[in-house]
Amino acid sequence: MRGRPLLYTSYEADQGLLNTTTKKVMLGLFLLVLVSIPFQVIPGLSFLGEDDWLRLLVTTAIFAIGALGLNLLTGLAGQVSLGHAFFMGVGAYTAAWLGGPADGPLLGLGLPIWIWLPAAGIVAALIGVAVGPTAVRVRGLYLAIVTLGLVFIGDYVFRNWASLTGGAQVGRDFPPLVFRWWKEDPPVIDFTTSSVWFGVELSGLAKTFFLLAVFAGISTLLAKNLQRTRVGRAFMAIRDRDIAAEIMGVNEFAYKLLAFGVSSFYAGIAGALLASFVTRVIPERWDLFLSVQFIAIILIGGAGTVAGVILGSAFVILLPRVVQDFTLWLQSVALEGDGLGSAIANVFVATTPTDFGLVNTFAGVGPGLSVAQLNLVLYGLLIIGFLIFEPLGLFGIWLRIRNYWKGWPFTY
Amino acid sequence: MTSGLVVLAQETVGGSAFAQMLVDGISFGAIYALLAMGFVIIFKATSVINFAHGALTGLGAFLVVAFATVLDFPGRYLTSLPEWAQWTANVLTAFVVAALFGVLIERVFLRPMVGEALFAVAIVTLGVDIVVRTITNDWIGTQPRPVGAPWGLNVIDLGWVRIAWSEVIQIVVTIVLLIAIALFLRSRTGVAMRATAFDQETARAQGVNVGRIFSVAWAIGAFLAAVAGLFYSVFPRRATGVDQATAFIAFRAFPAVIIGGLDSIPGAVVGGFAVGIAESAANIYVTADFLGNGFPGIVGYLLMMVVLLVRPYGLLGTPEIRRV
Repeated sequence: MRGRPLLYTSYEADQGLLNTTTKKVMLGLFLLVLVSIPFQVIPGLSFLGEDDWLRLLVTTAIFAIGALGLNLLTGLAGQVSLGHAFFMGVGAYTAAWLGGPADGPLLGLGLPIWIWLPAAGIVAALIGVAVGPTAVRVRGLYLAIVTLGLVFIGDYVFRNWASLTGGAQVGRDFPPLVFRWWKEDPPVIDFTTSSVWFGVELSGLAKTFFLLAVFAGISTLLAKNLQRTRVGRAFMAIRDRDIAAEIMGVNEFAYKLLAFGVSSFYAGIAGALLASFVTRVIPERWDLFLSVQFIAIILIGGAGTVAGVILGSAFVILLPRVVQDFTLWLQSVALEGDGLGSAIANVFVATTPTDFGLVNTFAGVGPGLSVAQLNLVLYGLLIIGFLIFEPLGLFGIWLRIRNYWKGWPFTY
Repeated sequence: MTSGLVVLAQETVGGSAFAQMLVDGISFGAIYALLAMGFVIIFKATSVINFAHGALTGLGAFLVVAFATVLDFPGRYLTSLPEWAQWTANVLTAFVVAALFGVLIERVFLRPMVGEALFAVAIVTLGVDIVVRTITNDWIGTQPRPVGAPWGLNVIDLGWVRIAWSEVIQIVVTIVLLIAIALFLRSRTGVAMRATAFDQETARAQGVNVGRIFSVAWAIGAFLAAVAGLFYSVFPRRATGVDQATAFIAFRAFPAVIIGGLDSIPGAVVGGFAVGIAESAANIYVTADFLGNGFPGIVGYLLMMVVLLVRPYGLLGTPEIRRV
């Protein structure tokens, strides 16, 4: 079909993952950039290979895995959930119990990663299905508040179950990302220390980066496939009109439970990976704000789209760092002292602890927001802004750019 | 999140724990009832699930601090009045300013969302909550700020039960506000609001200024939230005053809304007092050794789960009629 790139003659071709040349090329380029990041070879992007940026990218991958789950539940099946943080906590503590040191002061069995990581997802999924009947019985906005309740009840349990979680404000260490065959065997692959792979010296962080990139890739593929099959279509039918879906033969109860289960599975895996990556986590980590971050990810990225989830995760995780760097840069401009740029920058940042500025980088003094507070405000404003102006999120912006160039030089 | 509840019963010698539990519960329930009522009024009139109610509470409480202790406005011009009257004037001004902030928030962030899916609007309020709460917290700072209530720590000791003056005032104020709201709903604007709650487009076709009703609803919601914020920040609740955690009280009022039914104003009052008394009972009868710290904080949510299993639309809520 030369010259007719969008003419499909079979459903298989229409539903194909990479059904256009552009998609193939862009995915290839994306993977190439991804692989090259830790080696710092691409000029202009080499800063991404520095340790602090690499950590952020690993976090992005973990959040993308969690957000893919919420996207299935909220974006596809249309069930609003604020309880994602709770299921991540369940996954993390399952991992800690199974994988934590057996001789430590806290609960732990010392099992290897190939047991604790899947188990984290499975236990979270089981709990998701267990609370499902309550959640399926209530609709729409009642559901949002029921899942909100889950976060608070989970927070209470995590804080008080000190023998597992380490207790409020104390926390515990989580099993490291080390692959062994059995409890005390020598590690087969150790993602925490550097080693030589294929003749190349790689730091532990770089190896973790590759591991998480692979995990995120597998999760994306699974989510995308689920979306393209009967299950995904059933989810979307329920989202669009639940009664109509039932009339068409979609078992609403079963599919809603399934959506909760799958979404919780993703959340459990993401929670276990996150806890394992940051090594020490306090029980208060799994709070409402984490849930809101996930909501922000899928809304900013574009609800219901897998590509949007990845974009959204990168946006939400990298934004604080960008804002921080930008603020410091503005401050340096303001400190130069003369010129128009400096005067403008001076309004936005404080140059001395008592100076006026919308942003004040000096800890705990004077008027103005700290950088952390500025980031929170930006989160909020971005959520509001995207919902009001671009409900399809970053993905929607991409669609508009794409459609503009598709018809270029005509406007339609 | 600490419970923040100071239990008088532990100080009572020879008092009745049950009576004390009821008094604490009613006082706490009054706070929840005010919050839940504002939440329901906003939901009914504008179809917005307001997750920013906590932010409105924190903002209201902060405004009370600002007007009563920092600005002393308009009290500083009323020097002929006794001190308590000056304080009351300051606080009333703060409530009105809080109501204006409510109107402003609706106008700027929620008016563009009219007609969008309920879920999307609810998430917008989550964003508003983050923005408003962060800015309020920056103003409040790290130290709690007392509101300077003129009745202070005074307590009426009846022998079998101890009631703080603030609790007496709080319950009187709550009853007055309940009656005022009931009367308001029968007024011309109130009837228009009920019509809007029933169907926004039809109300508009009948000549109701729907936009104005939205503003009024948010003003009432923010006003009630500010009142609740004040009474949450005085002895015997949190005698230290307003701090960054004050806003979280609204998250404990959500179960009250659901228990009563999202769209029922009497339900909000019933739910508020039910949660308040349940929390107070948990405070007195459940020890930390048995169920750990912070259990009273989740009693409301547990109660909510139970109610939802029996009645998915709350005690007094309207069941949704599902049509194709």
